[in-house]
Amino acid sequence: MQNKNKKLKLLVPLVSVFLGLLIGGIIMLLSGYPPIEAYIALFQGIVGDSYVIGETIRQMSPLILSGLAVAFAFRTGLFNIGVEGQLLVGWLAAVYVGVTVDAPAVLHIPLAILAAAVAGALWGAIPGILKARFKVHEVITTIMMNYIALYSTNEIIRSFLLAPGERTENVKESASLASPFLQSITQYSTLHYGIIVALVAAVIMWFLLWRTTMGYELRAVGFNQHASQYAGINVSKNIILSMAISGAFAGIAGSMEGLGTYQYMTINAAFTGVGFDGIAVALLGANSAIGVVLGAALFGGLKIGALNMQSIAGVPTELVGVVIALIIFFVACSYIVHWLMNRVSKGGKI
Amino acid sequence: MSFMDILALIIPAAIVSAAPLIFTALGGVFSERSGVVNIGLEGLMLFGAFTGAVTIYYGEQLGLGDASPWVSFIVAMIVGAMLASIHALASITLKADQVVSGVALNFLAAGLAIFLTKKIFNAGQTPVISERISKSNIPFLSDIPIIGKLFFSNAYLTSYVAVGVAFIVWYVLYKTPFGLRLRSVGEHPMAADTMGINVTKVRYIGVLLSGALAGLGGAVYVASISGNFTHSTITGQGFMALAAMIFGKWHPLGALGAALFFGLAQAISISGSHIPFLQDIPKVFLLIAPYVLTILALAGLVGRADAPKALGTPYEKGKR
Repeated sequence: MQNKNKKLKLLVPLVSVFLGLLIGGIIMLLSGYPPIEAYIALFQGIVGDSYVIGETIRQMSPLILSGLAVAFAFRTGLFNIGVEGQLLVGWLAAVYVGVTVDAPAVLHIPLAILAAAVAGALWGAIPGILKARFKVHEVITTIMMNYIALYSTNEIIRSFLLAPGERTENVKESASLASPFLQSITQYSTLHYGIIVALVAAVIMWFLLWRTTMGYELRAVGFNQHASQYAGINVSKNIILSMAISGAFAGIAGSMEGLGTYQYMTINAAFTGVGFDGIAVALLGANSAIGVVLGAALFGGLKIGALNMQSIAGVPTELVGVVIALIIFFVACSYIVHWLMNRVSKGGKI
Repeated sequence: MSFMDILALIIPAAIVSAAPLIFTALGGVFSERSGVVNIGLEGLMLFGAFTGAVTIYYGEQLGLGDASPWVSFIVAMIVGAMLASIHALASITLKADQVVSGVALNFLAAGLAIFLTKKIFNAGQTPVISERISKSNIPFLSDIPIIGKLFFSNAYLTSYVAVGVAFIVWYVLYKTPFGLRLRSVGEHPMAADTMGINVTKVRYIGVLLSGALAGLGGAVYVASISGNFTHSTITGQGFMALAAMIFGKWHPLGALGAALFFGLAQAISISGSHIPFLQDIPKVFLLIAPYVLTILALAGLVGRADAPKALGTPYEKGKR
């Protein structure tokens, strides 16, 4: 039975992806686009040559981190919609350190990433404290904190860091994650070392949750607050801690944009969307570290591949958003399959 | 500028920006009071905005004139309910995680709306409509001194409809048998089932109503504020409506109050530069004020909000 469950765990996402693509194809057919040609273009746009592979991997790094952020809070029973805001303050903190501090790269890069993590953690801890202390619903506070982050970071850039073109200066070379080597082996894509940071973060999340007392407590609170309280776990502390760590991951996601992809921060007219995508990535990955990495690969790949699909088959890139939504629906509805399988394997007894 | 002028500037603007939020938040009340979390409000509102923009555009082409916004509201409600039925199917019948299903709905609506916009209009946005809901004075009421000028002059009719609907929702939820059933299903579905209430049916109605109202909210946004649909027309208003609903403690009139508060704060931040004692404050503080005030209000004044007891849990017959 253990084996059967494991098989099912793998099977469900695969079937969901297949069904999502199938219905996406039907939508294309109905609206007069060639589905097979489009999907070939989509596939080539993900793994067709080293350039698009580089782009896909680059797209993955912030998605992994924002997915980890959402997943980590979920494990403690908290819904962090505020990844977007935590990402923005992390982005700003990383760029600020990158622009103003002088240090050799071995110190400068970790310092900038650390700054992003701390900024994100503080931004995430505020809803955590409000939840623990005043029982304020974290969904509202994180949404509010998103807007506060958006307007405040813009104002700080405008007042202190403004360079021509509604943006900050580039970060110093010693703080940059850009890699001429990685770029040269991928036909000068925008690939940077951020993916290593993201993968390390995934390992850290797994380690924290499954190999430490702290992780045990966090998960216990997620399962049942009252039981945890009764067992002597400090629920308030764990809620704050969980939101802070979640925020730290989100902040580091921001540093990927600041130190890697863009090398600067723009004045954002609207949200980046990476934080909201993180919710989807976490859900696809069933809130596990390895799942988040795979979910980000799928999500990032589809987003990059969509560009090729649009230019070759003329299908609007948004179709990919529809396909992703369908995949999430199917993954979500698969729980009934799990339930059925469990029931059957127990011989009809509940 | 006198104090009255300031109020006359802010209050009508507040009511205008609150209307779409009121409709959508009321939709949220229906869904969540029946025990189904609806993060999908954002997507439903977005698709309502798309439907509204398209219907008004074609309504104008067909010569419906100034009736086309009103036609679009009905169409947007129907389409919203249809879209919400996916959420209902997934989260009620198939017992999917309601948050997951809602998030999927958001992605689906955003993707589909822009996809269809590009397909239909070959552009990233719909054409700007010419038949907006027009501003008007309410007869008789606008003649009342002071109050008439503040609340009943120069405002969109939809805003009053929104306030009216909030009271209707309150009446339905608290004074009718259906409302009692809806609330009981959200608090204790098993007890409701024992009393012969069809839990699944009532929850479906709750979710479909939320889709209709959120769709209406989106269409009203297009008809009164934005004038067309682009990828950036609805960015976060649905989440704001969700926040208004929680702020209002899952109560229709509470949601109405919270939405009006958000509208007021937004109006102050937009027209703050015209107001004498607010002129000197850096703009960023006015921009973030609504959100900071909401957090402070929740932490200090309103206190803890208890969600409906069965919120987020699918109902399984016979489960203990």
